Amino acid sequence: MEQKFVTIDGRDIPIEGEKNLLEVIRKAGIDIPTFCYVSELSVYGACRMCTVEIEGRGLQTSCSTPPEPGLKVKTNTDAVRQIRRVALELILANHERECTTCGKSTSCKLQDLSRKMGVDKIRFRSIKKPMSVDDDNPSIVRNPNKCILCGDCVRMCEEVQGIGAIDFAYRGHDTMVQPAFGKGLDHVQCVYCGQCTRVCPTGALTPKSEINDVWKSLQTAGKTVVVQIAPAVRVALGEAFGYQAGELTTGQIVAALKMMGFRKVFDTCFSADLTILEEGNEFIHRLTEGLPLPMFTSCCPAWVKYVEQHYPEMIPNLSTCRSPQQMFGSVAKGVFAAEMGLKKEDMIVVSIMPCTAKKFEAKRPEFFTDGIADVDHVITTQELAQMINEFGIQFRNLKPESLDMPMGFKTGAGVIFGNTGGVMEAALRYVYEKVEGKTLENPDFHEVRGEAGIRECEVKLAGKTYTLAVIHSLANAKEIIRKIKSGEKKYHFIEFMSCPAGCINGAGQPVNFDPSYRKNRTKGLYEADKMLQLHKSQDNPYLKELYATKLGEVGGEKAHHLLHTHYNARRRMKGKSMVILDGQQTDKLEIRVCVGTSCYLKGSQDLLHHLARHVAAQGLQDQVQVKATFCFEKCDKGPTIKVGGKTITHCDVAKATAAVDKAVEDLKKV
Amino acid sequence: MPHVMLRKFEKVCAIVEKYDNDPAKLIPILQEVQNEYRYLPEEVMTFVATTLGLSPAKVFGVASFYAHFALEPKGKYVVRLCDGTACHVKGSDGLLQAMRKKLGLDEKSVTTPDMLFTVETVACLGACGLAPVVVINEAVYGQITPEKAVALLDEIRKKEDGTHVSA
Repeated sequence: MEQKFVTIDGRDIPIEGEKNLLEVIRKAGIDIPTFCYVSELSVYGACRMCTVEIEGRGLQTSCSTPPEPGLKVKTNTDAVRQIRRVALELILANHERECTTCGKSTSCKLQDLSRKMGVDKIRFRSIKKPMSVDDDNPSIVRNPNKCILCGDCVRMCEEVQGIGAIDFAYRGHDTMVQPAFGKGLDHVQCVYCGQCTRVCPTGALTPKSEINDVWKSLQTAGKTVVVQIAPAVRVALGEAFGYQAGELTTGQIVAALKMMGFRKVFDTCFSADLTILEEGNEFIHRLTEGLPLPMFTSCCPAWVKYVEQHYPEMIPNLSTCRSPQQMFGSVAKGVFAAEMGLKKEDMIVVSIMPCTAKKFEAKRPEFFTDGIADVDHVITTQELAQMINEFGIQFRNLKPESLDMPMGFKTGAGVIFGNTGGVMEAALRYVYEKVEGKTLENPDFHEVRGEAGIRECEVKLAGKTYTLAVIHSLANAKEIIRKIKSGEKKYHFIEFMSCPAGCINGAGQPVNFDPSYRKNRTKGLYEADKMLQLHKSQDNPYLKELYATKLGEVGGEKAHHLLHTHYNARRRMKGKSMVILDGQQTDKLEIRVCVGTSCYLKGSQDLLHHLARHVAAQGLQDQVQVKATFCFEKCDKGPTIKVGGKTITHCDVAKATAAVDKAVEDLKKV
Repeated sequence: MPHVMLRKFEKVCAIVEKYDNDPAKLIPILQEVQNEYRYLPEEVMTFVATTLGLSPAKVFGVASFYAHFALEPKGKYVVRLCDGTACHVKGSDGLLQAMRKKLGLDEKSVTTPDMLFTVETVACLGACGLAPVVVINEAVYGQITPEKAVALLDEIRKKEDGTHVSA
């Protein structure tokens, strides 16, 4: 077949399946500027930065132009430069230009492109009124004053994560990106994955900082601060100090943390090994006892929140294992504090995570023991880089130091947790040996590795075939759950991670514009596994000792108490109820019928009609108030209604009318 | 009138059903829902989002985009004052000020506390020959002066007070 070309600034560049002209231009080595173009999202064509001149067509946005053979494209004419500069000036006019105090400064695309395009004055004045900052949640800060309306966050949340917690609202110069009805992110269905902050080109969406809390803990007399480092951090932190993505800097991180005053520097990979033993064991237990399958991993807090909100009926499928972060916290305070001769309340546990949702996870009430948080502060990789800079540590000159024992010792299985497929592979390394009863010679399961958002494979264990799946991005999770529910697919075990490519691409990782960073970080973790002496969690000697001396059996009672948890159905939206009937009497009976998604799908709307008609038919309308409300967080047992103070789950018309009649009778007696 | 809310709710359910719970029909659904409530209450939009399988942020995005959709309750009489070029030139601004002053309204508060009047401006009503134009609910008044406008408001209030007294 004849090769087809487009001409870019006089050079013929072959078309090799690129979906738009912009990709061809970038292939030609020209870094065309964009705000609203993110290759993993749909094309929006709003920011006009990628405008080019095409012979015979005039000025066109290259992101939304298909690469047709024979096109003659100029990327740097007077007209093109003029358009880009004016577009930037207009964006900057309405942007809160407080760069010196902005968390995104130096990693901001707007700042970067303004400098590159030589914008040196802004001729337009701002027409925006200051808007309030939304930071009432533990993970994300939303500052609409810095939003440039590129919509990257909106498309990320809807297309990649399938959630749609934020969207454009209003019109013209009033347009803004916000959660429904202008609520805060903590009042809507946001799962705190933070992928919106990852694609936000400005400081409009940023991870919430806990740095000051950590400094304070480090300087409080009588407190011993220990720290855990998540797997994905070690292959990304270096990027903030000029290293390539994927370069391991564990030793320098330890050295830096010691300089800052952390007493013990431990590794989340240790508790990842612990997770594997518990989770692998739980999987075998589920298989043999006929408990709910497929089993879903539960390491990713955004995924767990997503299930609680969107698929409460699937909660029994979630592994009861705490995530490695939380297992670390409960073992550190529940076992290790005593070993160090410390009272639990005198130990502070800090986590360094690639993730914004981990901040939310640490604050879940399930992870407080006797009123004390198992993990006190969670900072992101970005925040650690900030702390290193704040302290004045010359990271590149640090001599590597080693992690502390025992909780700093890990096998390669714990390290690959940060990659999509890593948890599954680590689990297989354990389950294989446990079920087959023989040594696994080659620990690599290449069939679960890869980049695709939905990957499936089969493994044979003791003569039986099991179907596994590895999923990343929540829109893919939605798709796979649909298939499970329709009976189209059957699986035994599924790994879920919310972020595309897994934790290495978490929202807390350093901002990186290089398209190959993801691959390099992934590779970095697999190489780190290779370099370690041990590759199977069950071979971790300190873990064996922990079980032998403290925890008892894997999956046993003590282990269960410290290492497992439970989940709850969770409402998506916080908001008002709809009043359907409102009686005149003052001491009227309150009847609330849930019309949230789960209950709605189970027929709560019909229930509401019948109930309202029953009330009218009995002449009770003055004595009751009937409301359609959103979610009692009992979605797995829906439809749910509340009559007076009494909750009725699995409700039907007969149950509902009987309950109302009885409550009205009781009210009369009083 | 305890049955009004129930009737409205049942109507909303019927509207969504009429459009086969199809999210692509969001705009006509919102239009009909607004005909019931005269505006789009937050909880009703959340309910519509649930029934269509859309995120509430998307439904709010659509509802807040179009000037036709009201996010706040409107008065019994919606006064639409044309501020298109022709009406503007013929002094619509003076009209607006007069009516706002009469009703104690401003740019931010557009509805009287007794929920009787809402005063809005629209870009063009297409009746430029009659400029300046005011539309109150469905009735069109052309070549109106500030005095005439205030008289119209007085007349409506008098009528309404009368119905209240007789009731």
